[in-house]
Amino acid sequence: MKMAQDLFEPAISQISAEHINRPSTTMMQDAWRRFKQNKLAMAGLITLGSLILFTFMGPYFIDFNYMDNDLMNQHLKPSWTHPFGTDALGRDTMARLMYGGRVSLAIGFVSVLINLSMGVFYGGISGYFGGRIDNLMMRIIDIIYSVPELLYVILLMVVIGKGGLLNIMIVLGIVNWMGMARIVRGQILALREQEYVLAARTLGANTRRLMLKHLIPNALGPIIITSALAIPSAIFMEAFLSFIGIGIQPPFASWGSLAAEGRLNIPSYPYALFFPAAAIAITMLAFNFVGDGLRDAFDPKMRK
Amino acid sequence: MEVEVKEEVILEVKDLVKHFPMGGGFFGQNQQVVHAVNGISFKVKKGETLGIVGESGCGKSTAGRTIIRLYEPTSGQIIFEGQDVTKSAGNDLLNLRRKMQMIFQDPYASLNPRMTVGDIVGEGLDIHKLASGQARTDRIYELLEVIGMNPEHANRFPHEFSGGQRQRIGIARALSVNPRLIICDEPISALDVSIQAQIVNMLEELQEKMGLTYLFIAHDLSMVKHISHRIAVMYLGRIVELADSFELYKNPQHPYTKALLSAIPIPDPRVEATRKRIVVQGTVPSPINPPSGCYFRTRCPHAKAVCAEQVPSLKDLGANHVAACHLL
Repeated sequence: MKMAQDLFEPAISQISAEHINRPSTTMMQDAWRRFKQNKLAMAGLITLGSLILFTFMGPYFIDFNYMDNDLMNQHLKPSWTHPFGTDALGRDTMARLMYGGRVSLAIGFVSVLINLSMGVFYGGISGYFGGRIDNLMMRIIDIIYSVPELLYVILLMVVIGKGGLLNIMIVLGIVNWMGMARIVRGQILALREQEYVLAARTLGANTRRLMLKHLIPNALGPIIITSALAIPSAIFMEAFLSFIGIGIQPPFASWGSLAAEGRLNIPSYPYALFFPAAAIAITMLAFNFVGDGLRDAFDPKMRK
Repeated sequence: MEVEVKEEVILEVKDLVKHFPMGGGFFGQNQQVVHAVNGISFKVKKGETLGIVGESGCGKSTAGRTIIRLYEPTSGQIIFEGQDVTKSAGNDLLNLRRKMQMIFQDPYASLNPRMTVGDIVGEGLDIHKLASGQARTDRIYELLEVIGMNPEHANRFPHEFSGGQRQRIGIARALSVNPRLIICDEPISALDVSIQAQIVNMLEELQEKMGLTYLFIAHDLSMVKHISHRIAVMYLGRIVELADSFELYKNPQHPYTKALLSAIPIPDPRVEATRKRIVVQGTVPSPINPPSGCYFRTRCPHAKAVCAEQVPSLKDLGANHVAACHLL
C-alpha cells in the first residue's frame, strides 16, 4: 500500500516532553501527604496526641493529687467523683494514671532517644568501615546479647542507683541499643556499595557528609520503625522494673507500677488493673500504627 | 564527527593490579584472592575516547573504579596529568577528584533518592566550595540546561524521572566540577536502545564542546565502536588487544577479539545470513584461580604448549595495534 507524503505532518507537541505536571513538593510535604492518607496511622497519631494531652494537661483539670491519701475512700469503684476509682490508700486512680503516664511516656521517649543515638553511632561506624572493625564490633554486641537482659538491667540499676527517673531512662537506653545498632549496621553495609554513595565519594565527599547526607537518610525507614517499636517495649520494661521494686518508687507512679499494684487485688477490684493495662495497650497499638505509617510515608518507593 | 586528538597523554596506567581478598577466618587465615585486574597498562590521550570492552566479570569496571581511587590499587601506577594518583591523599586527592569524574551504570541506583536533583547536581559545588547561594543556583540551572532539562526540575526527586533523564542528571553531576577526564562505567547498558543513542550523542557533543577525555567502559561492541577512538579488549583482568577502533574491527588479531567481534549482528539480512560466529568453548575461568600463562588458553582453539608456560606480552603489530598472543 502506498501512502501519499502529504497525508503526514510532523508530530511536534506543543508541550515540551520534559515538562512535569505534578507540583513540586519537598520530601517532608510528600511524607506528610502520604501519612495523612493512612487511616490507621492517623488514628494512632490522634490517640497518641490525646494521651499526651491527657497526661500532661489533665492534672490541671481535676481536683485530686496523685499522692494525697484519703483513707476514708479506699478502693472506690469508678464514679463521677473518681472516674477510674481509687486505690488502697484512697488516691484517685485517674490522677495517678495521668502522672504515671507522664513518667511512662517520658521514659519511653527519652530511653529510645538514648538507644537511637547509641545504636546509630555504633552501627554506623561498624557498617561504614566494615571488614575487621565491623567483625569485632559485632562480636562485642553478640557477647552483650548473650548476657541475660534482666541480669544486666538489675546490675546496672544497682550500680547507677535505683529509683530515679533519669537513671531508669539511662539504663533502658543503654540496654536496648544493640538491636538498633545491628539494624543500622546492616542498612549502612548495604547502602555504602550503592552507586550514589560511590558517586559522592568520587566527588570527594568526606565521611561526615557520606553519613549525614547519603547513608543515614536512606536508612531512616528502618530506624524510625525500630524506634517506634522500641518505645512500647521500653515502657514495658519500666513496668517490669517497677513491678519487681527497682523501678519507680512510691509515691511516684508509672503505668507499670499502677498495673503491678492493681494485680494484687484482681478478684476484688479488677478495675484497678484494667485502667493502667488499657493505657499501656492503647499506647502500644498507637505507636505501632504510627511507626508503620511513618515507614510507608518516608519510603518513596512505596509511593502510589 | 571527528574530534581532534592531541598527542598529549592525560592518563597513563602502568601495570595496574587489583586483587580482592575474599572470605577467610576472623584472623585472616585461609584467605582467597580474586584476581580482578592483573597488570593492565595503557595511555589515554587528551580529548580522545578510549573504549574498554570485555565480557561480564573481566575486571573492566574494577579497573575504572581503581583508576578513580574508589578502590585502592594492589600495585601499579596511575599517572594523571603528571601526578601519581595512587600516592595522592588529603587535598591532593580532593583536587584530583575535581579533574576526574565518573558516570555510573545504573541510573536507578546512582542518584540518592533522598536528595533533590538540584542538591545532587550541586553536591560537587558544595564539596569543592565552587559556588554558594545564588551563584550555586545559577550554576545548577546552567548544568541542567546543558543536559537538556529545565531549571524547574531542580526541586524534583530522582524517582520522578525516567531512566534516560536520570542518566543525564548523573552526567550533570559529573560535569559540575569541570572535570578533564570522565570514566563512563557502562553508562548506556541499563537504558533503552532509543535512549542509548541520545546519551551517546550527548556525550560526544559534550566532548567536543568541553574538550573532555573519556574512558568508556562497555560490553556493547557496536556502541563502543561508534564512540571510541581506540579500543582495549580485556579478558580476565588483562588487556589482550588494543588498537584504533576502525583497525580493531577491520583487522582483529587476538583469537578472543575475533570471537567477540564475530558475535556482532550485521544490520543487513543478506550479509547476516552468511555471518560465521566463532563460538568459544567453555566458560570464563574463575578469577580466584586463573590458569597459568595466557588466561585465554583454556578456551582458545589454537592453544599450544607455550601458552600454558608463559604470559604473553603485548606485541606491537604496527599502526598503534598491540595484541597479547604467542601465535602472532
